[in-house]
Amino acid sequence: MKLFEYEAKSILAEYGISVPQGALASSPTKAKVVATQLDAPYVIKAQVLVAGRGKAGGIQFASSPEEAAGITERILDMKIKNLSVNDVWIEEKVNVQRELYFGITIDRARCCYVAVASAAGGMEIEEIADKEPEKIVKILIDPTLGFRSYHAREMARRLGYSGKSIIRLAKVFTKLYVAAMDCDAELMEMNPLVETTDGNFVAADARLIIDDNAIFRHPKYETRFLSEGQTELAPEEIEARRAGLAYVKLEGDIGIMGNGAGLVMATLDTVQHYGGSPANFLDVGGGASEEQVASALNILLTDRRASIVLINILGGITRCDNVARGILEAKKKVDFTKPMVIRLVGTNEAEGRRILTEAGIHVLDSMEEAAQMAVEIAGGR
Amino acid sequence: MGIIVNRDTRVIVQGITGIQGNFHTRLMLDYGTQIVAGITPGKGGTEVYGVPVYDSVSEAVEKHSATASIIFVPAPFAAEAALEATESNLKTVVLITEHIPVKDTIQIMAYAKRQGTTIIGPNTPGIITPDECKLGIMPSHIFAKGEVGIASRSGTLTYEIAAELTRADLGQSTCLGLGGDPVVGLNFVDALKMFRQDRETKAVVLIGEIGGNAEEQAAEYISSNLKSKLSPLPVVAFVAGRAAPPGKRMGHAGAIVMGNTGTAESKINAFKEAGVDVAEKPSDIPKLLAEKI
Repeated sequence: MKLFEYEAKSILAEYGISVPQGALASSPTKAKVVATQLDAPYVIKAQVLVAGRGKAGGIQFASSPEEAAGITERILDMKIKNLSVNDVWIEEKVNVQRELYFGITIDRARCCYVAVASAAGGMEIEEIADKEPEKIVKILIDPTLGFRSYHAREMARRLGYSGKSIIRLAKVFTKLYVAAMDCDAELMEMNPLVETTDGNFVAADARLIIDDNAIFRHPKYETRFLSEGQTELAPEEIEARRAGLAYVKLEGDIGIMGNGAGLVMATLDTVQHYGGSPANFLDVGGGASEEQVASALNILLTDRRASIVLINILGGITRCDNVARGILEAKKKVDFTKPMVIRLVGTNEAEGRRILTEAGIHVLDSMEEAAQMAVEIAGGR
Repeated sequence: MGIIVNRDTRVIVQGITGIQGNFHTRLMLDYGTQIVAGITPGKGGTEVYGVPVYDSVSEAVEKHSATASIIFVPAPFAAEAALEATESNLKTVVLITEHIPVKDTIQIMAYAKRQGTTIIGPNTPGIITPDECKLGIMPSHIFAKGEVGIASRSGTLTYEIAAELTRADLGQSTCLGLGGDPVVGLNFVDALKMFRQDRETKAVVLIGEIGGNAEEQAAEYISSNLKSKLSPLPVVAFVAGRAAPPGKRMGHAGAIVMGNTGTAESKINAFKEAGVDVAEKPSDIPKLLAEKI
């Protein structure tokens, strides 16, 4: 789960990391009031959960409260990568001497957290890794030791610092590590971490992604996790998540569901292989109940972009008869229908087929056959 | 033979009295897996399908010389269960549970490394050596004994491909579910190393998906280790997720393209450069394998 910049910054502040003075505004009037209480010049930043808002015009500068109000009005009217902007964060501009990057994330291959720093802050870390890999300093964090103060000092030294600034910078690094662990962060970064002209270190921007699987340990965010407009998820994605399903919206016209992430991905790939275009990814998971199948199918039937539905079930712990009943259940609830292509094999296959065939639904044996038929019906080729 | 589990594996089931634990204990017993004990704290002294239940892992291991554990404990408590099993010096721990926080998984893996315990998963269907031992939740009827090793990041896709192989008369030595999480105990390289040592395995199928770089590492290992004229091990691969957009989790916590890392193209290209045949569709795998055995 992604947090907004202002939320990430308030967590940094709790852990004793300096952040610019600032406040949230959801209207130009509020922006003016807020700015009056801060020192000019100001930075006004769209609070959206996607990277690259700067390039989209979502970060602008103002030198007076009136100008701040005007800019706020423009930013609140924007759509950034299709997301509307509900709030801006207005903060005092810091005097930059140098911009750094520091973040904690996961090294999947080595099964540990990794601390990453760079003297080329301000850019996306992937971009730095691409263009100036020599400027990246990494320390793999041994889970039994954690990230120690000497690790932090070593990173500061390798970034080119010396004397007392090594100690000052290292303290910021260790504080971020502690915050990241307490938050169950998948990624927590300060970019840029600004060294100001008076020698302080201030987190001018911050990103925090909490591990979705650890949300139960952070009750503060649990309800937020499933609220519209408060996450990066589309409304359909939230509806699916509430029903215990994994859904991703795509651009095409063939609605697809199945059981198991790999199988559904492979179904999407096969549809694409035959020239079709998937409207979504929808995984009902292992051992799906009748109700789960019904709510999954309901999402596809009510999706206007999907002209046809392709269902791919390979029953293991999922029972084909449950799936068949779920399909009929969902069909009953909506008063219109779409062409459906169903592949159904595995546990209780015979019973599942009987239920569907009696309802006039044709069942296929192979995933490829089903994908091909769906593409033909959708008119892909 | 096969890898990791065989007819001598002595299994305990952690979470045996839960709905999933109970259901799959039944199916594993039916398959012939030697289940010697179950664990549910607070239910020691009871029985499930004749299997004695204990309060702690150490007690069960002591009384029954168990060598492996399979865990069906819900995510918030799964790390404790895995650490308990690891501390009791079990050789193998299969962690079926999905949705374990990655911070917990990292801790489990570090401790397991120190103890010399092999962790399979988390978020895995488990492992099966056909006709010998099933330590997992996979439907057993689709597997047949044979010479093809399978290592996979996905559950149902493994069933799809194993069923295709069995239909084509290509049985399996062992099918290993690595798990769908970003951090897992075994990766493709570990699996290849073990299959290479196994006399029964004559070829390997790797089933990968988007996210991370485990497939790229496997490709590197294959091109530097498995190409020798003396002991070649043919490998065929499938990679799911070509149609997946970047930045989106495709069902599995680990199936996500971040920036330019973890794309299907990168994995497919790495395999091809290592001389590994990559199947376009799951049903192409038996054909590709038959050419090599």
